[in-house]
Amino acid sequence: MTEQIEGSLGVAKAVALCRPGVVCAYPISPQTHIVENLGKFVKSGKLKDCDYLNVESEFAAISVSLGSEAGGARTYTATASQGLLFMTEGVYSASGLGLPIVMTVASRAIGGPINIWNDHSDSLSQRDSGWLQLFCESNQDAVDTHIMAFKIAEQVGLPVMVCMDGFVLTHAFERMDLPTQEQVDSFLPPYEPREFLTPKEPISMGAMVGPEAFTEVRFLQQRKMAKALKIIEDVSKEYNELTGHHSGGLLDCYKCDDAEVKLVVMGSSVGTAKDEVDRLREQGVKAGIISLKSFRPFPYAAMRKAIGDCKKVVCVERAFSFGGRGIICPEVKRAMEGTDCQVWTAVAGLGGRAIVGKTIGGIIKAALEGKFKDEMTWFDIDSSVLNSYTKDGEGVTFPEGPLADSQLMDSVK
Amino acid sequence: MLQIRLHGRGGQGAVTTAEMLSLSAFLEGHFAQAFPSFGSERTGAPVVAYARIDDKEVRTHEPIQEPDVVLVQDRTLLSVVDVFAGISPNGYAIINTAEAPEQVAPELCKKLPKGHVLTFPATEFAIQAMKMNKPGAPMLASLAAATGVLKLESVQKSFQTRYPGKVGDSNAEAAALSYNYLKEKMKEAE
Repeated sequence: MTEQIEGSLGVAKAVALCRPGVVCAYPISPQTHIVENLGKFVKSGKLKDCDYLNVESEFAAISVSLGSEAGGARTYTATASQGLLFMTEGVYSASGLGLPIVMTVASRAIGGPINIWNDHSDSLSQRDSGWLQLFCESNQDAVDTHIMAFKIAEQVGLPVMVCMDGFVLTHAFERMDLPTQEQVDSFLPPYEPREFLTPKEPISMGAMVGPEAFTEVRFLQQRKMAKALKIIEDVSKEYNELTGHHSGGLLDCYKCDDAEVKLVVMGSSVGTAKDEVDRLREQGVKAGIISLKSFRPFPYAAMRKAIGDCKKVVCVERAFSFGGRGIICPEVKRAMEGTDCQVWTAVAGLGGRAIVGKTIGGIIKAALEGKFKDEMTWFDIDSSVLNSYTKDGEGVTFPEGPLADSQLMDSVK
Repeated sequence: MLQIRLHGRGGQGAVTTAEMLSLSAFLEGHFAQAFPSFGSERTGAPVVAYARIDDKEVRTHEPIQEPDVVLVQDRTLLSVVDVFAGISPNGYAIINTAEAPEQVAPELCKKLPKGHVLTFPATEFAIQAMKMNKPGAPMLASLAAATGVLKLESVQKSFQTRYPGKVGDSNAEAAALSYNYLKEKMKEAE
């Protein structure tokens, strides 16, 4: 049914349609409305046979999730930012134990300084945690991806993080088409774990593994990630055929066929970027967008195919690695190894600074005009703020406009 | 696409008003989007919310910098925030005040076509119907009256859907009072 509702409510309804056995929650903006709504559904009886647990911290939320999923219950939780960091120990345990928990990360910057706004530094900090990480470009995509996530997680045997932009999506009122309970029931069978903890037939999970087998455990975990690539595609195809939606998948191309420059974008900026590409195409600028949906596992082959023989690719990155460079760009470079395709990072949209059409337009223009000198360039950066700090103290001033990595490096010489 | 920016103060329901705007448009079969500007909300602090209406899917998620319509729920914001920043040359502005447009926004009156800057005492209608300073329904009713982009009935239905019972009905009443007042006033001006 089509509804005009808040993104968080849409996601809560989607999760409820998946009939979780356990939802545990600790509030943190901007995910709070999701679990609040789920709490209401459980209390009102709309969501039956579900234990809703209020816990005392995010660490407890992931710990309860580990326990309930190990006990054989389909389990959901949600968090963001510092809350995700506080979970970290359990996050790694969940993937190592192969527990198919589904968790929303309402992506938000990590402090300090304190910042409650949206970027991707929280979700990407868990890049190596062994979870699948699926990014959503709209609230419809978020609704659909959550439903798919349970099936993907349970088929793969690994937990899934559904990453949706905090506030920008969670707090937006938009049109969402929720599938019916019958549709979801036909798509997602009741959870039947291969093994689970029960007093009737005691087993142990997560026992110590020494050097004699740890490498092999990790190899097999990586093998699950490899399996996940096809499962994500298959599940998305099945879901989209069932609902008529166009969601999920490993990645999605927009006007890429003849594009002279392609932008790799994750999350809610994809829609903004599509609109800007339409505007630019009216002026004859051939640009396309690759919406990267699955960051983990990273779809190297699909990315290479999506880029094709395009020679200029810019990754729009809403997080980066301190002392390193972009986080998405190296992956895309790996996908294009052995070709003469140039791949760059445009850092933008940190800590809630909006990525607007002009940001996208500026990045596309810079790529077409050959202005990317370094791998990484900072866009929408306010040099007057920088200079107010560096001018008096160090006698360093930055020019207006995008700042390339070499300008940053030169400024410390 | 029609882009609307709402300015209010924390507690007046500006965010809810934007949501109800999107719901009203949805009820009429349009695609719509509403979202707040996110911050550390406090009662009385300036609040901004946005809404978009279109006949196709609204894909963009950027804040609205060049609005077609600006709704100002609190007159005291005029001296605090540049509420009309980026307004389209053919845009509309509606301000919650009993004073005349030329008095409160003389510069804007020169800039926009005649009749595109409107004022009316939304708070009075809200208090009359609801006994509360929640000028959202009156503001949306004024948008309906001035531009015709929404029907009064949709505005009323949006509040009654969100707040079934007394709260929704009193919002609907406040909307009707405002709509009729503005329609009358616009007729006089003709």
